[in-house]
Amino acid sequence: MKYLIILMMAFAAMFSPSQAAAAGHSDGDAKIDPKEIIFEHLGDAYGWEVPFDHHHRIPLPVIVYAHDGLHCFSSSHITGGEAYTDGGVEFKLAGADSPHKGKVVEIVDGKEVRPLDFSITKNVCALWISVVLVAGLMLWLAAFLRRHPFKAPRKGLGGVEVCVTFIYDGVVKAILGPKAPKFAPYLMTVFFFILAMNLLGLIVVFPGGANLTGNIAVTLVLSVLTFLVTNIFANKHYWKEIFWPDVPLWLKFPLPIMPAIEIFGMFTKPAALTVRLFANIMGGHMIVLVLTLLIFIFSAFSPAAGGATTVVSVGFSIFMLLIDVLVSFIQAYVFTMLSTIFISLAQEEHHEEHKKGEGEGKEIAERIKDALV
Amino acid sequence: MELFTPDFGLIFWMFVAFGVLFLVLWKFAWPVILKSVDARADLIDKGVEYAQSAKEQLDNANRQAQTYIEEARHREAEILREADKMKTQIIEEARVAAQSEAQKVMDAAKVQIAQQQKQAEEQFRNQVSDFALQIADKVVRGRMADSKEQAKLVDTLLTEIEHKN
Repeated sequence: MKYLIILMMAFAAMFSPSQAAAAGHSDGDAKIDPKEIIFEHLGDAYGWEVPFDHHHRIPLPVIVYAHDGLHCFSSSHITGGEAYTDGGVEFKLAGADSPHKGKVVEIVDGKEVRPLDFSITKNVCALWISVVLVAGLMLWLAAFLRRHPFKAPRKGLGGVEVCVTFIYDGVVKAILGPKAPKFAPYLMTVFFFILAMNLLGLIVVFPGGANLTGNIAVTLVLSVLTFLVTNIFANKHYWKEIFWPDVPLWLKFPLPIMPAIEIFGMFTKPAALTVRLFANIMGGHMIVLVLTLLIFIFSAFSPAAGGATTVVSVGFSIFMLLIDVLVSFIQAYVFTMLSTIFISLAQEEHHEEHKKGEGEGKEIAERIKDALV
Repeated sequence: MELFTPDFGLIFWMFVAFGVLFLVLWKFAWPVILKSVDARADLIDKGVEYAQSAKEQLDNANRQAQTYIEEARHREAEILREADKMKTQIIEEARVAAQSEAQKVMDAAKVQIAQQQKQAEEQFRNQVSDFALQIADKVVRGRMADSKEQAKLVDTLLTEIEHKN
């Protein structure tokens, strides 16, 4: 499994220059716009690029709810920039000067209007690939364990199980204690889903390459879910700590200073989760893209500079992708661990009495949290 | 900036995808996996505990066996020593008995010898006295041929008797 990923990454590093080259050529001349290329690769798209060819994309369904109802058509009709009429409504990709740049818009009375867009874009498609991957692996493991209840799986499946026990015993059980079984399904799903998305994003060719966890919508949903789980299952003590914390009276009445800070804190936690995962993964993708583009920028000066940069850039790209594999795991781990800590803090019973016995563990957890936030 | 504005479609699909994944895993995967992992951990813990206690028991048994062996050896040596002692004692006793028996036999023999000696002496005395009487008889007969002599003897004898009384 691990070797496969490394191999894929080596592939990725090999392909990246050619893809960028294709991108450069599509503009017609040697002049390239690095910013454009980078943001195109980091963002979403209505088709899925294939290696060595920038014009042909794997078509994906466009599903939009326009002013007159639902429309569904292949993305191949519009990715070239042309207008397409489906059921009497004209659709096209918004141009570079539009506020909806690169998105599907409908033309109503000559004006571009953004419909409700449920398209299976590249990211959505990658999302479902991750779902299938994670569900497949876990159901496979579950099937194995159902057949051999007391046998440890070997090889690939053993690796999956190691990850499961690593998260379950090392994070969920260690932090939540007796309440672990209640929240484990959510936390484990989050971990493996993020991990799958991170790793798939590192594979440049078809089944991967989508910058999923480097997209703020994805991380936002994940942290909103953690926020919901934290607050829905929170106990009385948690709410008391927010609205009537143990501080001198003047800090909470008549001006609710502390409650305001606590309520603010409720929202900063998921916000930090959102941004951490998003920025880390997007940063990783961006560095590799920039390193690759350096080759074309320097090639514009002289072939010798381009050649030298190629060697350096490819070397660094491979190095960065290897680091990104590590980051993929660490960020999935950190997201899961912080979610677990937030949930456990909302489960904690009376602070004072517990502080003596359990204080140390909780304190460490909080310190880790502070260090990471 | 497009990167920092979450896209509605993706948010929607993310909710759906995560929901589907969560439900599938929650229903079909996690219960089995987590239960199995916990059960196996318990089994391993129990196995280790069992092995430890088994080892302890084995050690105890070994120690006990060692003490038994030592005791048996001790006992053996003791028995041997006792047997040795008994042997010498029996021999000693036998010797003493034999000695006393021999003494008895010897004593009896001595008594018999003494008796026989006495008997022989008596016989011898009787014979000697017989011979003496016969000799005396013959001497007397020879001397008593004349009457004078007879009268003289009678006279002496009477005197002797008189003197004795």
